[in-house]
Amino acid sequence: MNWSEFFAMNGYAFYVWGSYGLTLLVFLSEIATVRHRRKLALRQLRLINESGDAE
Amino acid sequence: MAINWFKYSAPSTFYGLAGKLIPWFAWPAAILFGIGFYIGFFVAPTDAVQSEAYRIIFIHVPASILSMFIYLIMAGYAALGLIFKTRLSAMMASALAPTGALFAFISLWTGALWGKPMWGAWWVWDARLTSELILLFLYLGFIALQASIEDPRRADRASALLAIIGSVNVPIIYYSVQWWNTLHQGSTIKFSGTSMHVAMQQSMFIMLVACWLYAIAIALARVRSIILERESNTQWVKEVRE
Repeated sequence: MNWSEFFAMNGYAFYVWGSYGLTLLVFLSEIATVRHRRKLALRQLRLINESGDAE
Repeated sequence: MAINWFKYSAPSTFYGLAGKLIPWFAWPAAILFGIGFYIGFFVAPTDAVQSEAYRIIFIHVPASILSMFIYLIMAGYAALGLIFKTRLSAMMASALAPTGALFAFISLWTGALWGKPMWGAWWVWDARLTSELILLFLYLGFIALQASIEDPRRADRASALLAIIGSVNVPIIYYSVQWWNTLHQGSTIKFSGTSMHVAMQQSMFIMLVACWLYAIAIALARVRSIILERESNTQWVKEVRE
């Protein structure tokens, strides 16, 4: 099997790569969302700490 | 000497533990996804009936299994939080919900992409498909309910009830192919053995383990943020530095 045959998936390329492509996209965006949430939580903490120090 | 199991149920202790555990789940998950994909696409033979389209099952089946298991674990944590009022249990339930919802979504999406060439339809109102769709709505309902109630403890109680009641749907999904005459096929792998090629089984099993490890890693990462958000008024969180 060569690469063009591999990507063609015997005519089922849209269905097979559509499945794996979306799964990869879901995982990557979930990781990005979780990282972003952590950044926000840490920023929030810094704000709380700074306002506490100023009092 | 008795092990103090409750030690790690304190958010302050669990925060550090979860941070140390994440790479031990995340890296094996990434490696196993690679191995599972390799076996599924380069070792497993072409199917005689479904040609290459059958390769969708290597992600479809693990995602579907995970969507059901995560729901039960989420409902279990929610119940623990309701009964013992442990803060961490409720936080774990909220950390699992988005991941479970995403696995349910992947299950439905890959199922549709398999159904179109094989059944000739993206979707049918079959008992298996419909109950899996209800599972996705239960996850979304859980997330929405929690977001809609401002007091976190009230939100936990309300969403815990929803999670527990909704868990009756999981056995319905599992047994739907036996109870009703569904278009969706029954399980290929049974306790009595299987007709599946060994490489197909290996790929599916490795992908399943990879999905498990991924789900654990991402839920631990998410619960760490939830702990910081909810415990922001405590002294130990104020001392957390990146």
